[in-house]
Formats: sequence, structure tokens, C-alpha cells
Amino acid sequence: MPAPPAPPIPPLRRAPGAAHRWLDRARHADPRWFQLTVLGSLVACGLTVLRFDLPVTQVVVTIGTALATQVACSRIARLPRVELKSALISSLSLCLLLRTSWLPLAALGSVIAIISKFAIRAHDKHVFNPTNLALAVLLATTDRVWISAGQWGSTAIFAAALALAGLVVVQRSARSDVTIAFLASYLALVFGRSLYLGEPMAIPLHRLQSGALVLFAFFMISDPRTTPDARWARLVFAALVAYGAWYVQFRLFRTNGLVWSLVAVSGLTPLLDRLIAGPRFEWDRAALPSPRRAALLPA
Amino acid sequence: MKRTIVTLASLLVAALAAASGAHAFCGFYVAKADTKLFNKASQVVLVRDGDRTVLTMTSDFPGDPKQFAMVVPVPPFITREQIHVGERAVIEHLDAYSAPRLVEYTDPDPCRPQVLYERSMTAGAPMPASAAKADRAKSLGVTIEAQYTVGEYDILILSAQQSDGLEQWLRENGYRVPEGASPILQSYLKQNMRFFVAKVNLAEQAKLGFHYLRPLAIAYETPKFMLPIRLGTVNANGPQELFVYALTRNGRVESTNYRTVKLPTGMTIPGYVKGEFGPFYQAMFAKQVADNDMHAVFLEYAWDMSSCDPCAAEPLSPAELRHLGVWWLDSPVPSDPTSRGFRPIPAPMPPGSANVFVSRLHVRYDAAHFPEDLVFQTTGDRQSFQGRYVLQHPFTGSLDCDAGRAYRQSLDTRRQEEARTLASLTGWDVAEIRRKMGFDGQGNPPPGDATPWWKSIWKE
Repeated sequence: MPAPPAPPIPPLRRAPGAAHRWLDRARHADPRWFQLTVLGSLVACGLTVLRFDLPVTQVVVTIGTALATQVACSRIARLPRVELKSALISSLSLCLLLRTSWLPLAALGSVIAIISKFAIRAHDKHVFNPTNLALAVLLATTDRVWISAGQWGSTAIFAAALALAGLVVVQRSARSDVTIAFLASYLALVFGRSLYLGEPMAIPLHRLQSGALVLFAFFMISDPRTTPDARWARLVFAALVAYGAWYVQFRLFRTNGLVWSLVAVSGLTPLLDRLIAGPRFEWDRAALPSPRRAALLPA
Repeated sequence: MKRTIVTLASLLVAALAAASGAHAFCGFYVAKADTKLFNKASQVVLVRDGDRTVLTMTSDFPGDPKQFAMVVPVPPFITREQIHVGERAVIEHLDAYSAPRLVEYTDPDPCRPQVLYERSMTAGAPMPASAAKADRAKSLGVTIEAQYTVGEYDILILSAQQSDGLEQWLRENGYRVPEGASPILQSYLKQNMRFFVAKVNLAEQAKLGFHYLRPLAIAYETPKFMLPIRLGTVNANGPQELFVYALTRNGRVESTNYRTVKLPTGMTIPGYVKGEFGPFYQAMFAKQVADNDMHAVFLEYAWDMSSCDPCAAEPLSPAELRHLGVWWLDSPVPSDPTSRGFRPIPAPMPPGSANVFVSRLHVRYDAAHFPEDLVFQTTGDRQSFQGRYVLQHPFTGSLDCDAGRAYRQSLDTRRQEEARTLASLTGWDVAEIRRKMGFDGQGNPPPGDATPWWKSIWKE
């Protein structure tokens, strides 16, 4: 079938200035650039101001291994181009979350994350968020890694700023519904428990002012490549992850509830996709929401 | 024999220092900043592996033992055999072993760089509750699940339906329950927790002949790796001081719901601090608390129990560790099935390791900054860490050579730097620090301990 002719590009109302052009370009850029900037700044913050238990060598090893694995896997899979952005995002997330006293395990984390994208696929998309899977596998198999949930402190301003930055990313990648549904469910569960126990509201508020929670909500669970395609399925997915995380933390009294819950519920994504169909997400399309740019696309 | 080993070690160190030009040694131990520096301090030893927990509590209760009572929420029911009255000396030893420390070095003779000399410094069964009592308890919805006398303590294990009833029962039985405790008691009750209530049995105490309160230990199994601190914030006048010594098999312990911050360490500070290490440490800790908006838990020490360097006190003996509840000393394989599960990549143990890793955490807390109980996790981190502060004494001999003159000039810079470091660590006034260091009115450092130049002109 021949492609319909592209509609004419509407004329700009005024001649674009440099600032205007820059804004326009930023608005239409791949949201992953924005994600990379935020994650990169967080790693820099963690190394300096927040004094994470993170040696610079671990950052180098994690990122280096992820990029190398991505190149190798792309060659083996004979992909036309090597996509380094997502490997960078996964490795920066690993830097923020994975703590180990043995560097080879940091490298192993990167390898697991990247290989999982290529090897564990259903319906032509990867099943697990790569960072989350790497964390889950390592936490389950060795005593030598851990996640420092408390490393962020509980500065409300910091959490709010991170949330704001994350909001832009999820908005741009058209997956804010997952984040909002997850946060709403988790908030309800945490506040609900405190209300039931008669705890002062300072307690649930303190629990929610967590950098780890915000990072998870805006940068991991919202991964458009691993969430279900249909909106309803995504809402179910988000609520299940929230309940699972809450259950692990407040009923089983174990750590890393968010990681365990997401990895378990992600296994259900192919099923949810089969039950409720929806449009498939592609990063390249997410970058082009404006009709003006869309018009330039070959159909 | 021991002295010989020290000498051998020093020789090795001398060789290393000559080769690398850096200090490969942690200096000579001078003083420690133990828990006695802090008022209203509670000390808790948490031995934890898998779900098995041994909690030992001790406090510097200053008043009449008659007025002492301890109310601790505990996850499961506690039987008589799970309670033990410990020895305070063991906790004092653990405190001394892990305390932040002051060490000192003396600069080598800059004119004879190959010669290093060393000097040694010495561092110094359930009883039935009475029927009437049980009836009254029952009418208030309180169940006395068990009542024990262990050592000098009378211990009750209580459960209750409502906190009001529990509070009233405690009041009627002579416990002073602070205002505002009721909702906290209620929240623990709703989590199916019981209360471990201890008070001193004066007759038993007189019989045993102790004039202080011995630590109380309880052993239990729970997935909750936490310390209930909320009740403590209700009756406190101002912030409370808590020291947690966590003993694990795997590695360092940190908080999961508050930031765990390593104390600044390894700084060189002016020599006069030797006489006031206690005030220095108090000021530095207060500044760290303020810098972190009182929201942090501080790591003061993390070390494999098999060693120390330099030692503020010798590591605890296996008998002392067993006394604190370390049950795995003789079992290399975890006997608790919940402890680690399947772990293809186990944490490596250094050769000669006692298989016990100690973390010393120091928290200054109040209700506003620590709204929820402390929750912990064991990490796989076995890296050593200690709060260690260094005195670097200048060389005191003749400096009659080019290197010596350069050394004397470098001393001036170093002293200025030490003054600034001390000021930034403690918040003390830098002018006052300089005055104590003997700087002159223009802010110039003193000539130091270096021999005056004229003494070397006509030397024999």
C-alpha cells in the first residue's frame, strides 16, 4: 500500500531565535539523553556531596563493562547499529544502587544487565529491567553485594528534585502512568499501615523521603521497554509491584523489597501483554511527539 | 616473646617506609574516646546471623537502682532460657577495642633519612504470677505471659490488647510511664510484639553483691533486624546517645532507613590535643551531627575481630565473644538454615579470621530527627575502618643540613594546616587553637621542638 503523502509543515509564526531553536530541539530530543544527564549527575553527586560507598574504579569498571558487553552483543546479534545510550543508562543505575567490596562483581552486574536485554525476550521486547535483574541475581547469589537504601539520606528537597527530574523523563517516554500508579499504591499502603498502627505521620513521611524509592519509581519501574503495552495492564503491573515491595518490607521484614517485587512482577509482563493488547513502545517514536516532526517522518 | 614480635614488625615497617616513603603503619596508640565521654549513653550489642539475634543492653543509669526499669518491645515470646545477665567488663572491653583512637608518630631525622628508630609505648525458671496480680492484669487486658527472676532482675513478658490497659497496669505496678508513650506502645502491640519489662530485684542484687547494673541479654529469632528507639525518645530530656556494636559473620552493618556516615578519619591534628582527646572527640562528634542535620548514624569502627591496628585494646577472646552471644565460633558452616541460603559466591574470610566482624555505630537521636525505629542490614563489606586521629611530632634533634632547613620550613606550613584541620573538624575557634599551639601574636608558628639553630653552631 502506498504511503499517504506527508502533510505540509505549518509555517513558524516568527523567525526562530537561537534560544527558541535550542528549546525546540531539547523538547524533541530522545528522552534518554535527559535520563542520562540526570543519572550522570546523581553519580557525580554520590561520589562527591553524598559520599556514597562507591569507589571511582567501580564506576569505571561498571560503565566500561556495560559498553563493551553492549558492543559484543550487538555484533553477535548482527544489529545494524550499536545502541550505547541504554547500556549507559543501565550501568549508571547500577553505579547508583549496587555496592560491593569486590570489583569483578560490579563487572558481572553490568554483563548480566546487558546480556539479559538480548537473551531474555518475549514478544520482541526484553522482559526484565536490566539493572533490576542484575541486582536481583547478584543479591540472590552472593553475600558480597548489597544495596545501601539509606545512602541518600532523607532530605526532602533532594527527593523532590529527583522526583521532578524523573517526572520529565517519564512524561517524555510516555510512561508516567506506571510511575503515578506505583507511587499512589505504595503511598496508600505505607500510610495505611501507619494509620492502622496509630503511628505519627512523621514515620510514613520519613519512609517516603527516600532517594532510593524515588529513583526506583521514576527511573526503573517506568522503563517503557519492560512495562506492559496497554495502559490498563500497566496500572495493574504498577499496583502489583507496589504491593509486592510493601509486602517484602513490612510483612516479611526483608530488605530490597522494590528489587524483588519488580523482578517477580516483570515475569508477568508477557502474560499481561497477551491478555491486554496495546501499542508497542519504541524510543525513537517517543522522541518525536510533535506533529511538525512527525510530518517529517517517512511513513 | 611479645616484645620480640613487636620488634620484628617494626623492622618490617621500617623497610616498607623506606621503600615507599609513606607510612605503612597505623602509628602508636595514645588514647581512646570511649563511651564514658557521653552522658545518657546506652550501649547495645547486636549479634546477628540469619534471623538469630542476641541483643545485650546496658545503660549508664545514674540513679537509684530501685528506680530503674527497662521496657523493650520484643518480636517473639521470650522464655527464661533465652535471657542472660552478662558481665559489664566484656562490653567495656568491646568499647575499648572499638573506640576512636589517637595515635602518634615522630618525624624521622631529615638529615639521616635511612635511620628509623622505634620506641614502644604501653597503652595502657518461670515463676507463676501471683493470682491477684494476674487478675488485675487480666481486667486491664494485659497478659503476664511469663515472670522470671534472672540474676538481680525481675523480668516480665507482657502482652496486651490495648495500650491504655498496659499503660495503666505499668503505672499501678510502680513503673513511671512518660506522657506520650501510649500510642507508641499501641503501635508495637498491633504488630504482635510483646514487652520485655525488667526491674532490679534489690534483695537479689544485695545477695549477689553487685553495685552496678549488669547488662541484660536476650536471644531470639526474628526477621526484623531493628532496634526499637521510639520509646526512648518520649521521656528523654534532649537527645539520647546510643552505641550499637553489631557482631556478624558476614561484614559491616549499616542502617537501611537512615544514612550511615563514616566519621572523618586519619587527620593530623596539633600535638596539644594529646591532653584533651576527650573534649576533641566530643566536639568533633557534635559538629558531625550538626553537619548531617542530626539525621545520620555514624560508623566509628568496622573491623574483623581477629585483629586491630593500632590496638586501643586487644581483640575480644573467643570466650568473651561467646559470652556476648556469638554462637557460630565453632561452626564454620551456618547451622541456621535461614542464615544465608544458597550462596555460590561466599564472602572470603581472611586467614586467621575469627569469623566475627564488628561494626560500632554511634547515634545521637531524638524524636524529631529519628521518627522511626532503626532498621539495619548486614553488608558484604569487610573493609576495615576506624576513627583514628594522628599526632605528628616534629623531629627534635639537630637540623644542620639542607634537608633539615627545608624540613623546618615545611613544619611551619604543617602546623598551620593542623590548626585549620582541627578547627574544621571541631568548629573550635582557629585563633584559640593557634594560641594553644604557641603561635605568636602575628600568627606565626612557634619555632617548635626543633633545636634552636645556635645550639648546633658550636656543637662538639
